[in-house]
Amino acid sequence: MSNIPVELRFAESHEWARKEGDLIVVGISDHAQEALGDVVFVELPEIGKVFAAGDTAGVVESVKAASDIYSPVAGEVVEVNEGLSGEPEALNNEPYESWIFKVKPSNADADLAKLLDAAGYAAAIGE
Amino acid sequence: MGQRTPLYDLHLALGAKMVDFGGWDMPLHYGSQVEEHHQVRRDCGVFDVSHMTVIDIAGPQAKAWLQRLLANDVDRLQDTGRALYSAMLNERGGIVDDMIVYRVEDGYRLVFNASTRDQDLAWMQAQLAGYDVQLHERSELAMLAIQGPHARHKIAELVAQSRGQLIQQLKPFEGRADGDWFIARTGYTGEDGLEIVLPAHEAPSFFNDLVGAGISPIGLGARDTLRLEAGMNLYGQDIHQDVSPLASNMAWSIAWEPASRQFIGRSVLEAELAKGVQHKLVGLVLEERGVLRAHQVVRIADVGEGEITSGSFSPTLSKSIALARVPMATADRAEVEIRGKWYPVRVVKPTFVRHGKTLI
Repeated sequence: MSNIPVELRFAESHEWARKEGDLIVVGISDHAQEALGDVVFVELPEIGKVFAAGDTAGVVESVKAASDIYSPVAGEVVEVNEGLSGEPEALNNEPYESWIFKVKPSNADADLAKLLDAAGYAAAIGE
Repeated sequence: MGQRTPLYDLHLALGAKMVDFGGWDMPLHYGSQVEEHHQVRRDCGVFDVSHMTVIDIAGPQAKAWLQRLLANDVDRLQDTGRALYSAMLNERGGIVDDMIVYRVEDGYRLVFNASTRDQDLAWMQAQLAGYDVQLHERSELAMLAIQGPHARHKIAELVAQSRGQLIQQLKPFEGRADGDWFIARTGYTGEDGLEIVLPAHEAPSFFNDLVGAGISPIGLGARDTLRLEAGMNLYGQDIHQDVSPLASNMAWSIAWEPASRQFIGRSVLEAELAKGVQHKLVGLVLEERGVLRAHQVVRIADVGEGEITSGSFSPTLSKSIALARVPMATADRAEVEIRGKWYPVRVVKPTFVRHGKTLI
């Protein structure tokens, strides 16, 4: 069983989203990091980039494979976690502390409502 | 459900993440693939390789048959205990498989890939006509690889004294029977170590003893990054039915002498040599962040294009490395396309790490 914090919302593509003031913070789930295995490289989005919900926002590469990260909400990237460049394994060690990017959302409530809650995500990954 | 080795339940008990590998349910890792990799380079670890195919070759014409079947020459195995690496070629000079051949008391033992078992056996059986040779598949046997700088020393202390002595005395590429065990100083990691073929019913307790003595179990994930760092080909990726050993960094394993030995594929390879070999298998090193992967395109200025055949992150070098098949004229620089962007790579001899030391 993986760790699925109840206060987060989840995309079926395994990103988590957390509201932080006016921003939405995005990372990947414990289930996702477990499935990927040792993460060795994270390609971060560019600050200022504008995404629609579901757009490809970056890439997480593990020893095994490359996996796209999708923005769970629409909006503009305002911050990226540069610390992951030097310590990509943080995504394995602390998937819910290790955020990847922050978005200034254009339609936060509607987009968040479309995401899964913890129970829904647990069901989606068969737990 | 795939085929299971005698150690399947132990893998589960050790928390392995299981994956399908050539029809077998095998451990990918037991937690962290990167940690397992380091463990083998720095100390030692044990791999379940019972999925590999073991075939014993017997009969009065075993040697003559293998001299026709294989690109390397088993005549080089003058004494019991010696071993060699060889390609088995088709009539087009393509690689049917690669394997290790051991000279044993009453013939030869071949150890080859699991995923190619069916095609190999069909090919071998098709070549039997006119030869008094018997093939005996030993699927009742299990196989463990114990690899790493401390592997032989640690194993020698865990087994009976006479067996420990044998292990200490084995030379590289030597394999000897010891009762119903067969112990060889071979491997697929670029480190010292052993490959042990033993009765399936003895494998779980031996594996348990090793793990109990602090020898980490290692999954197929680390096996792949270890062999890639060592520059060893993986069948189905770097080599296959449609590539020549001359374009696969395997020319050293072809025995041209005596010229009278007509091994399968010889005339095609000779024609290829006469015309000039078009491609070579090289190593690539990505100095920037990112990961090279199989099938990415390699571009060499003023020369042409090639393709990555195996790529991954090298835990020892902390950067990405790859094997790539490129035009023969490729020098020391190239570029690789990763998700639409071109990244510069260094072209190197495809042995990145051996015996714990970086070679690039």
